[in-house]
Amino acid sequence: MSAPAPAPSAPRASSAGRRLALAIPYVWLLLFFLLPFLIVLKISLSEGTLGAPPYLPLLGRDADGAWRLTLSFAGWSHLLDDDLYRDALIGSLRIAAVSTVLCLLLGYPMAYGIARARGTRRTILLMLVVLPFWTSFLIRVYAWTGILRTNGVLNALLLWLGLIDRPLAILNTDVAVYIGIVYSYLPFMILPLYAALERLDDTLLEAAADLGCRPWQAFLRVTLPLSLPGVIAGSMLVFIPAVGEFVIPELLGGPDTLMIGKVLWTEFAANNDWPLAAALAAALLVVLVLPILLFQHVRRREEGA
Amino acid sequence: MTRRPVLLLSVMAFGYAFLYLPIALMVVLSFNESRLVSVWTGFSLRWYAELFENEALVRAAWLSLRIAVVSATAATVLGTIAGFALSRFGRFGGRWLFVGMIAAPLVMPEVITGISLLLLFVSMEQALGWPAGRGFTTIAIAHTTFCTAYVAVVVQARLAGFDRSLEEAAQDLGAPPAKVFLVITLPLIAPAIVAGWLLAFTLSLDDVVVASFVSGPGATTLPVHVFAGVRRGLSPQVNALATLVVATVTLGILAAALVSRNARRG
Amino acid sequence: MRAGAEPWRDPDAVPYVRIEGVTKRFGGFVAVDDLSLEIHRGELFALLGGSGSGKTTLLRLLAGFEAPDRGRILIDGQDMTGVPPHARPVNMMFQSYALFPHMTVAKNVAFGLVQDGVPRAVRDERVAEVLDLVQMREFAARRPDQLSGGQKQRVALARSLVKRPKLLLLDEPLGALDKRLRERTQFELMAIQDRLGITFVMVTHDQEEAMTMADRLAIMNRGRVAQIGTPAEVYEYPNDRFCAEFVGDVNLFEAQVTEAGADRTRLACEAAGCAIEVEQGAPAPVGAWCWVAVRPEKMAIAKVPPPDDGAPVNRAAGIVRDVRYTGDLYVYRVELDAGATVRVTAPNLTRRTDMPVAWDDRVWITWSPLGGAVLTR
Repeated sequence: MSAPAPAPSAPRASSAGRRLALAIPYVWLLLFFLLPFLIVLKISLSEGTLGAPPYLPLLGRDADGAWRLTLSFAGWSHLLDDDLYRDALIGSLRIAAVSTVLCLLLGYPMAYGIARARGTRRTILLMLVVLPFWTSFLIRVYAWTGILRTNGVLNALLLWLGLIDRPLAILNTDVAVYIGIVYSYLPFMILPLYAALERLDDTLLEAAADLGCRPWQAFLRVTLPLSLPGVIAGSMLVFIPAVGEFVIPELLGGPDTLMIGKVLWTEFAANNDWPLAAALAAALLVVLVLPILLFQHVRRREEGA
Repeated sequence: MTRRPVLLLSVMAFGYAFLYLPIALMVVLSFNESRLVSVWTGFSLRWYAELFENEALVRAAWLSLRIAVVSATAATVLGTIAGFALSRFGRFGGRWLFVGMIAAPLVMPEVITGISLLLLFVSMEQALGWPAGRGFTTIAIAHTTFCTAYVAVVVQARLAGFDRSLEEAAQDLGAPPAKVFLVITLPLIAPAIVAGWLLAFTLSLDDVVVASFVSGPGATTLPVHVFAGVRRGLSPQVNALATLVVATVTLGILAAALVSRNARRG
Repeated sequence: MRAGAEPWRDPDAVPYVRIEGVTKRFGGFVAVDDLSLEIHRGELFALLGGSGSGKTTLLRLLAGFEAPDRGRILIDGQDMTGVPPHARPVNMMFQSYALFPHMTVAKNVAFGLVQDGVPRAVRDERVAEVLDLVQMREFAARRPDQLSGGQKQRVALARSLVKRPKLLLLDEPLGALDKRLRERTQFELMAIQDRLGITFVMVTHDQEEAMTMADRLAIMNRGRVAQIGTPAEVYEYPNDRFCAEFVGDVNLFEAQVTEAGADRTRLACEAAGCAIEVEQGAPAPVGAWCWVAVRPEKMAIAKVPPPDDGAPVNRAAGIVRDVRYTGDLYVYRVELDAGATVRVTAPNLTRRTDMPVAWDDRVWITWSPLGGAVLTR
């Protein structure tokens, strides 16, 4: 190509057919993805009530027929007053962060190994990472209860090996939650890392070696910086959903495992406090805005590359 | 490499073992006669028999399958258009918002998606009278929404990888834009569309959290049903179910591999 | 185009393609800048330019993939404004060939005819005919990924020819081929063009390719046409320094006009250390600063001084700083006593392995008044 990459031409993008086609997914996502967030915000400001649905409308008519706006900050003030919610949020962030780091520590060497493999072997290794994803997430998490419980497989193995003389209590602790999250989200870490490492030109490493880098120096100064977009994308793909994780702490965590997703579900389902649950969801979203923007940024740059 | 990367190989072995041991264990235990996980009392198919006699579970599975087919199909249509728009329409008004709405569902915690959709459906019912109650329709809409993002990403990646001058060449040879899409673009991105559909189907079939929020009484999907069961305690039937899922997926992938190999030969 | 037929010299000839004041911008970048150009029926016309010169954009404007911001394009008298690519009587051969990977060679070639609703029997016949033309008939059932680069190039050519377009656009048609194959294909392409009489517009960055193949060529620079003419005109009579340097090698001397005759110009040149005479009407008055362009092959090099006939004209002494032997030629870099460095080529006329002129030899450079050209910019 001799011309600078011509921008997509204007006349085609503005044709009516294209607009119509675009409108279908656009309107769908506006309606079922964006609008719900606004409604969450609205309901978090509503007054709770006993009934179905368990909240009062923001804008309603009085007995005498006049319009009246009823704002209630009960949900939000509850959120700020009660340490439970703050602790749950911090707990979620901590558990998600630790799990992300563990995922990275296990996922990076795996992605590196897959990217270094050749031909069919690479395809098979990659397939084996994706395969568990096609089986049920719920059932795979459940499988860990059988492994981690006091009379489970892991304790039986450790006792048999003589490494411990009394069963360890792992199930229903934070450790079990870490294991569950790393296990469930590992493919989401490996795939973007693999994508970044696979693109890496082998001759770059040869050039680095030629210029006097030892293998580990070449890794630190060439491989790692170039795979950074993959590291960020993978980390965000693990961290953000993990913060709001509900199934894993519910099945593997204990009574002390405070995670916001579990609390939200309890407020919503058991306590039927919808305004509080909505406020929790909104707060969680606010906390996650920065990581989500970071993820979008990396994705956009990848798209441009 | 002259030195074998021992550390790398052992980490990889550990990683794959970590990924597959729980699944392997479930498969083994599904044939265990005992209810206990740590004791092997003998080979038995009793859990499979109980699985198929469990009417509530079979009903839930049927509902899940129907929802998965409907939402995967809808999401494939929406996601293909979205992916095509993102990679071929150039700049258009509100593109940034569209990009955001495609990328955000990939990471959005399910509890947020779930509660926000539930509140939307409740508000819509109050305001419009539709959807009346929650069940098949609301779950299908919810699943379509987050699956659309996944399909769009898969399709967009495929489109980004193919030479745009193919489409221009078709146009140059006399095919109007709609025809170019049908005879050139669509056949070339077909693998991505199929992959997107399968991905959406799996995501829908697998979803616990969002469905828990937006399903109503009488419309329990398989994961919601299983989740309620495993929260109460151990159920070896779940192992049998898991084994069936693993077997189906493995067979499906082997079949796909064979088909694609034959296609390449032919 | 047949030798002797030069419709661009005929003031009454109606051009086949008219590009009238076309401008195309991408954001702030002006890719094509108020460009006008006329191309005649049956011509093999080359657009020659570097990266970002606008040549590819101009080709895409002709094909209809881009719409001009200003100006218009007429093909065979028909205004192309608003005519989408699929409705234009124009076909393009893409640089990447753009062969449809999911179709056989025959299906690829038939594609355009299918779009036009040509009946099957006629279609098959025309596909066979055009595959014969490019000698690819036995590959009709293959898929593009089973072809070599040269074979793909032929299929792409066949596909763009099968509709018998009024205008065939070729985007770097030989760019992906290796040197030997490229040379052979150049002549095949010219022969096919000659046989079919279709008007070709070709984009290339390779000046040798443009010189060899084109009836006329336009040198493009920053979205404008810097010069237009036959290869010989462009090579021997460059408009300006850009064109002189873009096509072929050239030695440029900055010089001041001392005598401005009607068909002879004399200049004083400090860097050459001699007066320069050029058999060309003075483009500027006495005292004006100009450039003299002398191609390396127009200079002669000798180890013995030429007979002294008074004040030195078109004659300079220097030291050989570099010799390059390419087999057919010697290329010398000579540092003149007055300071300038010139490039001189000499044909290798006899078999020998030693150098007729070697490093650090003292040499004399001479050239004829017919060898140089005076440029004002």
